[in-house]
Amino acid sequence: MGLDEATRIAHEFKLRRLKRERNGRLLKHAFLIGVSFIMLYPLFWLLSASLKPENEIFGNVDLWPSVFMVENYTKGWHALPESFTVFYVNSAIVTVLSVIGNLLSCSFAAYAFARLRFTGRNFFFALMMMTLMIPYHVVLIPQYVQFLQLGWVDTYLPLVVPRFLASDTFFIFLMVQFFRQLPRELDEAAMIDGCSPFKIYWAIVLPLSLPAMGTAAIFSFIWVWEDFLAPLIYLNDIKSYTVPLALRLFLDQDGQSAYGQMFAMSVLSLVPVVIFFVLFQKLIVRGIATSGMK
Amino acid sequence: MAGLTLRNVGKSYGALQIMQGLNLDIHDGEFLVLVGPSGCGKSTLLRMIAGLEDITDGTVAIGDKVVNDLPASKRELSMVFQSYALYPHMTVAKNLAFGLQNFRMPKAEVERRVAEAARILQIEPLMARKPRQLSGGQKQRVAIGRAIVREPKLFLFDEPLSNLDAELRVQMRAELASLYARLGTTMIYVTHDQVEAMTMASRIVVLRAGKIEQVGTPQELYTRPQNLFVAGFIGSPKINMLAAEVRAEGGRPVARVAGFADFALPDLSTRDTRLTLCVRPGALHVGEGEVISEGTIRLVEYLGNETLLHVALASGQVVLLSVVGPAPYRAGQTIPIGFDLADLHYFDAEGRRLEPALPAQPQAAFA
Repeated sequence: MGLDEATRIAHEFKLRRLKRERNGRLLKHAFLIGVSFIMLYPLFWLLSASLKPENEIFGNVDLWPSVFMVENYTKGWHALPESFTVFYVNSAIVTVLSVIGNLLSCSFAAYAFARLRFTGRNFFFALMMMTLMIPYHVVLIPQYVQFLQLGWVDTYLPLVVPRFLASDTFFIFLMVQFFRQLPRELDEAAMIDGCSPFKIYWAIVLPLSLPAMGTAAIFSFIWVWEDFLAPLIYLNDIKSYTVPLALRLFLDQDGQSAYGQMFAMSVLSLVPVVIFFVLFQKLIVRGIATSGMK
Repeated sequence: MAGLTLRNVGKSYGALQIMQGLNLDIHDGEFLVLVGPSGCGKSTLLRMIAGLEDITDGTVAIGDKVVNDLPASKRELSMVFQSYALYPHMTVAKNLAFGLQNFRMPKAEVERRVAEAARILQIEPLMARKPRQLSGGQKQRVAIGRAIVREPKLFLFDEPLSNLDAELRVQMRAELASLYARLGTTMIYVTHDQVEAMTMASRIVVLRAGKIEQVGTPQELYTRPQNLFVAGFIGSPKINMLAAEVRAEGGRPVARVAGFADFALPDLSTRDTRLTLCVRPGALHVGEGEVISEGTIRLVEYLGNETLLHVALASGQVVLLSVVGPAPYRAGQTIPIGFDLADLHYFDAEGRRLEPALPAQPQAAFA
């Protein structure tokens, strides 16, 4: 067997290997695309339903609408006694205030747990962690009674004020874990540089915790924006309804089925979440890139 | 500038006492190095001086002001950390200015000091960068810069060079020494590296397990270690320790060291019969000395300016012997080795230094 022959065979083996690898990759991708489609199907369905004529929504399995009913969107916006502009503004007020409240108060509490020494710190931390395990529905009624006595029902206060009091344990926990990773020598250097504990929190810990803040902001935004139960309980006047409450009104209208419009408004209600996620997800990435200490 | 006085300083974490009854006077303008093995409490002591750890016992005074209850920022000192602890989200310029701004110093003064520090440390081209864009040596300079701009009474260094590679460490060591010469401020420097201690210190404090073993100039520590620990800790390559049994013969003490012929000792005024005799590797000679023995070379380490011979004595103990320049020996060879009595350090059964009566003064060899 000559050298040329050997080279040719080696080349052939190489080609076969490459082909095998390519087929393997194709198979893998096909599988992953299939699974993704299954997972995204409800979203596709929602999107398609929002563009379909009323009779096609439940009658036609085809995802592609026969006609594109863009007026589902335009009519849906004004279909309720108040326009969706009002609901969006309401949702925005509640959500923005809640996100700010969560970030400020939870990071404050987390800083204390992670960095300050005080009597009973471990006990209170354990206590706080236990509240994480209490289901919301257990405190629902006592909380309602309390807010009723305060005269806060039918205002945004029950939705917003607790967020300024570090009531979202999960975020405190998330931030404590993050703060603990920051080198203590930074705090010490800052102490020698004349920083008070608050200044250390504000000038050192917070700017270095953008990834944790970004994560908390995203979750906080999504949870509050999508929250249905709390607004349902505390808001009575349609003028103060948030978007999820408003969406439910489409079903309340007896006889008048407006599924297309409801789905159209549902699609729109997802837009702020997506925008917020995209914006703050960048923050997370940038935060990770800047946190190299050594 | 100010000196520092520690009186009966102690530190305990709950029931665990890690430091007790420490007394130390640090003179104004001194470069004091705290050295010791890891866990000896040297960093803790430094952090107590800095105000980062509580002082559980005794008093610490800067100048004549007791600072026990003064927060770190009011002690007029600055500290360079092992990890540099530069603020990662601030530029170099901001890192330098941050502390001064916290003390509400006028803007012009801040700028003057920052520019001055940048010039001294030659970091002017780096001012706009973030710490992650700096090399180890540059970070080190910035960390030192952050300490200088404060114009403190006292500089504290916590193992500042241990994150640098060997070459840079030697360079930064020299730079720190020249910075000290230029500023003349009191400096307290913690390290576990005895070479750093020896080369930079005006005085060295050797610590072990929260206690001061010896305080002295590098030369004092090297030529007259007060105990076995200091003898073993200071000096590289490490000092040789030979166990000796002493008996009186005709009114004079005679030592028996395994592997050597018996030899007469100077008067040490001790009743201990088990002593430790120490001899530096440089004081062991091939083929000469008042006390002679034989050994087999186990290993030859050529270091350029000197050659280290690891020699196994008849007893099995391996001693280190250093020869200037290259040496024509190889492993396996048997050579005669010896030392002079004047080069010996004597330690009693508890490891305390014994001073021989004249004429056999050991430090005579170094005078």
